[in-house]
Amino acid sequence: MVKRFTRALMMVGAACIALGVTAQARAQEDPIRIGSFLAVTGPASFLGDPELKTLEMYIHRINGAGGLIGRPLELIHYDTGADANKARTFAKRLLEEDEVDVILGGSTTGTTMAVIPLVERAEVPFVSFAGGVVIIEPVKPWVFKTPHTDRMACGKIFEDIRSRGLSRVALISGTGGFGKSMREQCTQVAPAHDIEIVADETYAPSDTDMVAQLTKIKNTEGVEAVVNPGFGQGPAIVTKNFAQLGFEVPLYQSHGVASKKFIELAGDAAEGVRLPASALLVAEKLPMDDPQRPVVMGYKTTYEAEHGEGSVSTFGGHAYDGLMMYKQAVEAAGTADPAAVRDALEAIQGFMGTAGEVTMSADDHLGLDLSAFRMLEIREGDWVLVE
Amino acid sequence: MADIRPSGYSKHRKKQTYSRRLGTRATPLQTLMSERVGGMGALILVILVLPLLLSNNYQYDVAISMGINAIVVVGLNLLIGYAGQISLGHAGFYALGAYASAILTTRYGLHGALAMPLGAIGVGLMAYVIARPILRLSGHYLAMATLGVGIIINIAISREAWLTGGPDGMYVPAMQVAGVELYGGQIWYWIVAAFLILAVWLALNLIDSPIGRALRGLHGAEVAAETSGVDTTRYKVMVFVISAVMASVAGSLSAHFSEFVTPDKASFFHSILFVTMVVFGGMASTFGAVVGAAALTLLPQLLADFASYEHMILGLIMMVVMIFMPKGLVPSLGALARRRRRQEARS
Repeated sequence: MVKRFTRALMMVGAACIALGVTAQARAQEDPIRIGSFLAVTGPASFLGDPELKTLEMYIHRINGAGGLIGRPLELIHYDTGADANKARTFAKRLLEEDEVDVILGGSTTGTTMAVIPLVERAEVPFVSFAGGVVIIEPVKPWVFKTPHTDRMACGKIFEDIRSRGLSRVALISGTGGFGKSMREQCTQVAPAHDIEIVADETYAPSDTDMVAQLTKIKNTEGVEAVVNPGFGQGPAIVTKNFAQLGFEVPLYQSHGVASKKFIELAGDAAEGVRLPASALLVAEKLPMDDPQRPVVMGYKTTYEAEHGEGSVSTFGGHAYDGLMMYKQAVEAAGTADPAAVRDALEAIQGFMGTAGEVTMSADDHLGLDLSAFRMLEIREGDWVLVE
Repeated sequence: MADIRPSGYSKHRKKQTYSRRLGTRATPLQTLMSERVGGMGALILVILVLPLLLSNNYQYDVAISMGINAIVVVGLNLLIGYAGQISLGHAGFYALGAYASAILTTRYGLHGALAMPLGAIGVGLMAYVIARPILRLSGHYLAMATLGVGIIINIAISREAWLTGGPDGMYVPAMQVAGVELYGGQIWYWIVAAFLILAVWLALNLIDSPIGRALRGLHGAEVAAETSGVDTTRYKVMVFVISAVMASVAGSLSAHFSEFVTPDKASFFHSILFVTMVVFGGMASTFGAVVGAAALTLLPQLLADFASYEHMILGLIMMVVMIFMPKGLVPSLGALARRRRRQEARS
């Protein structure tokens, strides 16, 4: 029986593996070699897939326009399936066997962290597309990252709360990875923004009703705003329950639900909810004179022209920012030499990407400030820029 | 349980064991062909020659991963192949070993060489406590229970972020021996090779001991083994603990070698991968376990160049091997070689 059982398992395993899909692109003649490892399949494929598509698309375009400092770009990509051990082995392969000039990639914080000791020893610049603040804090000489962090989302929300003259905040957080990490960051940065956290409730990602937690918050003395760090369907339920209980204070959601899906799920209850989001989400709504508008509109139209209407996501944008920052650094350095490019990356000033304006320094390898996030309010089933 | 057949209990081996018990001497050629002497020699030879073919750190890295997986799989094979008990939770023990090393060295300042045995002892004790109730189950129920153990370990590691760093994992500093940092492919190749040889040597001796015979007995027919006076529970628990300890040691090695641990190590798919390696290489064959681990570690690396087709080709290879070699690579190829030899002798 054991044998038959294990054989059945083998079949299932093989079938699962056979479903995976990856892609890879190659160019010729003394190219600049760009290494990449992304979670194109597996649980984080919603990150890796648009990232890889973006890299392929723009490397193709750069090559079509004559390459970078006269040399073509070659992309060498391996699919990690969000597995940190695989990421580590592939990174070693990129560094030792493929001898890449730079690594752009790492869809998740876990895969990125697993690779950091290797790139630090190999002394090759590495631009990560993952969210975690631990990647760049403390600063590692060879490691950079493009996406904004949870901490910045908290900062943005708290800034907005303060601008409304409020300060006593209740947190209701999901216990999933995203909610948990953001809750920690929010609690940490609250004092710096003069915010007092007066209630701190949690719910499991699979809960279908948060009335109990919200009632407790409602009965807490002096709550002036409610913040909901969470991901997936939980925040939509919180929003609905929040409306049912007739709260009179504002509700803030996180950047984790910044998609049309959230408005659909929460329905009318979403009216008046505020959340921080990347400019890419509201590309068309940005004022004409907004310096970020040409970048996000350009990326959005290019990506959607190739992959279909409404396919653009902020995750692909992180890959775009990484590649373009590398391009700018190589052009500034006039060479693809890793050490020179690293210095040029660290010296980037006022680079405008989809995540915001980047100014790197020796002790900031992210280079974004709170302006990277736009504060949105949901009105009549659509996003409206606050500010 | 009646339909568990002693698939690893080949006639060839039976004859050998009987002859030894009856006191008939094996010819020098037979000794050389046996698993204990010949197989061990071949393994050592391969390990010694392999570095000549490795040209960079990445290739060493793959070889080291093969070795670490092989240690786990050799232990797991004792449980699955010889004792006939399935475990879908061994990645949990592997991860516990890795985290024991990571936590004891970073948070408590212990030396890696001390953290590894401490982790192994801890995992051994835990496996012992779990094994007694769990191994009373059999078949699908045992699979479910071990699966549960693996998943609980995985969840505990992900949730206790203050200790384990949570889902994003934690760093492990490079091990220092006499002021020298143990870093780089070559050093770790020889460390892992030494542990692998030790693991294989232990496994081979265990199988050829009275314990091994008792294990094969309980695999073949548990009731019959019990009526012949074999304390089946004791042996099952013993082999479960041994395989868990081997997984833990391999986990510690991987933590120090890769300088990073994540809860992925304890994931369900990782457990499945270990079981797959046992079955692919050949159940109830220690060298099959080594070959299975090596093949399934190497294949994804070789196939990575096929990009989109990687997973399909890997799936196809696995299916073809299991359909045409249901006993796994090593036993099936061994049987083929024996048949060929017999035909040659006849003609």
